[in-house]
Amino acid sequence: MEQFIGFMFLRICIVLVLLALAIILFDIFKKGSATINWEFLSAMPRKGMTEGGIFPAIIGTFFVTIITALLSIPLGMGCAIYLNEYAKKGKLTRLIRMSIRNLSGVPSIVYGLFGVVLFVQMFQLDTSILSAGLTLGLMTLPWTITASEEALKNVPQSYRDGSLALGATKWQSIRTNVLPHAIPGMLTGAILGLSRAAGETAPILFTGAAFYLPFLPKSFSDQFMALPYHLYIMSTQHHAIEKVRPIAYGTALVLIVLIFCMNLVAIITRYKLRKVRME
Amino acid sequence: MNVLLKDEELKSTEFTENNIKVCVEDFNFYYDTVQALKEINLKIRENTVVGIIGPSGCGKSTFLRCFNRMNDTISNIRYEGNIAIDGNNIFDKDLDVVDLRKNVGMVFQKSNPFPKSIFENVAYGLKINGIKDKGFITERVEKSLKDSALWEEVKDRLHKSAFALSGGQQQRLCIARALAIEPEVLLLDEPASALDPIATAKIEELIHELKKKYTIVIVTHNMQQAARVSDYTAFFMLGELIEFDVTNKIFTNPSNKITEDYVTGRFG
Amino acid sequence: MQMVIKKSWFNNSIKEKLIHGFFFCNGIISVVVLLGIFALLVFTSIPAFSEVNLKDFLFGTTWNPTSYVKEQYGIIPMLVSTFMVTIGALAIAIPLGIGTAAYLSDVASPRVREIAKPTVEILAGIPSVVIGFLGIVLVGPFLSKVFGIHNGLNALNGSILLAVMALPTIVSISEDALSNVPKSYGQASLALGATKWQTVIKVKIPSALSGIIAACMLGMGRAIGETMTVLMATGCAPAMPERFLGPVRTLTSSIAIELGEVAYNTTHYYALFALGLVLFIITFFVNMTSDIILHKFEKVNR
Repeated sequence: MEQFIGFMFLRICIVLVLLALAIILFDIFKKGSATINWEFLSAMPRKGMTEGGIFPAIIGTFFVTIITALLSIPLGMGCAIYLNEYAKKGKLTRLIRMSIRNLSGVPSIVYGLFGVVLFVQMFQLDTSILSAGLTLGLMTLPWTITASEEALKNVPQSYRDGSLALGATKWQSIRTNVLPHAIPGMLTGAILGLSRAAGETAPILFTGAAFYLPFLPKSFSDQFMALPYHLYIMSTQHHAIEKVRPIAYGTALVLIVLIFCMNLVAIITRYKLRKVRME
Repeated sequence: MNVLLKDEELKSTEFTENNIKVCVEDFNFYYDTVQALKEINLKIRENTVVGIIGPSGCGKSTFLRCFNRMNDTISNIRYEGNIAIDGNNIFDKDLDVVDLRKNVGMVFQKSNPFPKSIFENVAYGLKINGIKDKGFITERVEKSLKDSALWEEVKDRLHKSAFALSGGQQQRLCIARALAIEPEVLLLDEPASALDPIATAKIEELIHELKKKYTIVIVTHNMQQAARVSDYTAFFMLGELIEFDVTNKIFTNPSNKITEDYVTGRFG
Repeated sequence: MQMVIKKSWFNNSIKEKLIHGFFFCNGIISVVVLLGIFALLVFTSIPAFSEVNLKDFLFGTTWNPTSYVKEQYGIIPMLVSTFMVTIGALAIAIPLGIGTAAYLSDVASPRVREIAKPTVEILAGIPSVVIGFLGIVLVGPFLSKVFGIHNGLNALNGSILLAVMALPTIVSISEDALSNVPKSYGQASLALGATKWQTVIKVKIPSALSGIIAACMLGMGRAIGETMTVLMATGCAPAMPERFLGPVRTLTSSIAIELGEVAYNTTHYYALFALGLVLFIITFFVNMTSDIILHKFEKVNR
């Protein structure tokens, strides 16, 4: 009897958790899909953002994510290669690992503050795609490192030993016999990290996201509109909040679908590259 | 056909300056603070097979991995003393460990083909050494596969994945891979421990052939195997070299009581 | 055939050392970034204290940087708000999270787990701004109906949303901890005649406790540092919070609201960085603690 009640409690827990997810997805999909059409995806906002589309926000998010990727993927891979292939056990390595774990716990708004001082002011990049992308890149770094290291760890030690014993230098062994097998996993992890970065708002609030721009960004030093920031604006800051609710729902749906698509791409990438490797 | 040298022949040719390939002097090895090898002294003659036997954890694999300094990949290790190959100290500061490993090939306990084609596996050592001549590579791959008695079995599927081979074939592929860069010394770390008797017999036959060209050091857990393939046998226990002599003597008339107990199966 | 293998003409070891050095620089980048964040926060906050008394900052109960009469920079209301929302979130997320983790590791059939675990992890992929949006359009109206209050944007709303955001972390790490408990423990307990439920409660959860605590700490760190959800769903009144059903304004949302409005390099601007520093230090200690607990628990299990 006690067991029955106990297990019932556990079942209720998981049902509640899954229910929360279901409500979120159901509500967004149901109300968002009513708004989505080709114009919504491809047009500029009109009439004080009460009509029209969200095209510039989609483009903005896309550009920012490119910058994020350019910073975080190479750095993350390099750091992971150092940790897994070169670093010896010791205080320094422990310090590096501790830093990585701590970085992943630093609040996103603190990254925002850091970006304002470092990129916007000190590097004089102003509020721009570049500043925002670099800020998000730093935020993504710990995730990329962890995922890349995981991928490196999955390469059997015997591949390294085998090539070293044949007289390969350390770098030759890594380049020819480790990286080719780790890169699918590294990329998968990187894309998952990017998908999280694409949905972040706090770090870009002050580093480059704009309330409304009547044109598309022309270069990486322009300000930009971004999907998550647009959703924030549409749900809290707009003067006719009830009127633009459908647009907010539509934006939320596009954002979620975008993130799910990136996850899907990551999974497909992993699958495809793995298949190539087997042949 | 027995390619083992006769006892008399082994005895008759004393170790001379000219036929000593490897010379180990007062060698100590430590993992962190644990001493894994104690005061090892040993000479290996050119074109012979030396079998290293001993109970698990006696340091035989550690010892083998010293000859090509594979232990360098582990942190917190330390060694004292000398190992010289052809008179060159392998721990010399000026010696590049990479060059050492090109001259001292190694085959691991568990066969470890790379996830590439059979051809690419054998060609790997050549390619990382900067050899680009396709004709030369093809020739050398064929020769290595023939030397490792694998050619007939794989010549029609050189570009198929190495993982498609059987365990024994994979191990011979690893031998071929090591032979491709023509090392001076070949280290075999329990090469047949994961194989069935037929595959094992093939590897042993191969070792007989290979010693015509190479000096071979083989670690084995299997005493019969040591008796079958090696000219000399070294018996290790707890990091010490208990006895080193002509194989026949070790197995029939060892000088040391512990060796006798071990080879007669009283422990281990 | 003669020996044609070339000895390396270019000194390999120099090249290798350069490559090693390159990756080393890459490796320490995380340390540099972490120290950089801390240093920049410190240096940007310092000027604030030329005008604001540190004691007033830490213990002041009014935050009113734009007052015409007297600017006040007391962070207590925000600390209390952050604390309230976080406690509320944990009160919801910890029992739910541990319950879910226990279900996944000990009750669910392998097939159910295969499906349910990644499904729970989807929650982690939903952007905080979307959760915040649902706080406005779903949870807010729901709360105002249930409690008969005018405005559903309050601390409770924030707590519920943060609980949803902290859940994936808590579930995933607790589940790992529970699955890592050696099978023999559970079997020994069952062999002694304990029921499966007693085994879960009296053997499995206590053995995995440090992992579960670490999971909760990580969830807590996440809740404290979360910005968008609380910014959107808690009403954001800068006064001292009074109750769970009233509006609150956390450290994170204060920074988010005010940084957009202040001029660079004013006292107010510097004071916001001081808030960031406080936030950084709090989350640093929470994460460190969880890290240490998790580390110990890994060692014990090895």
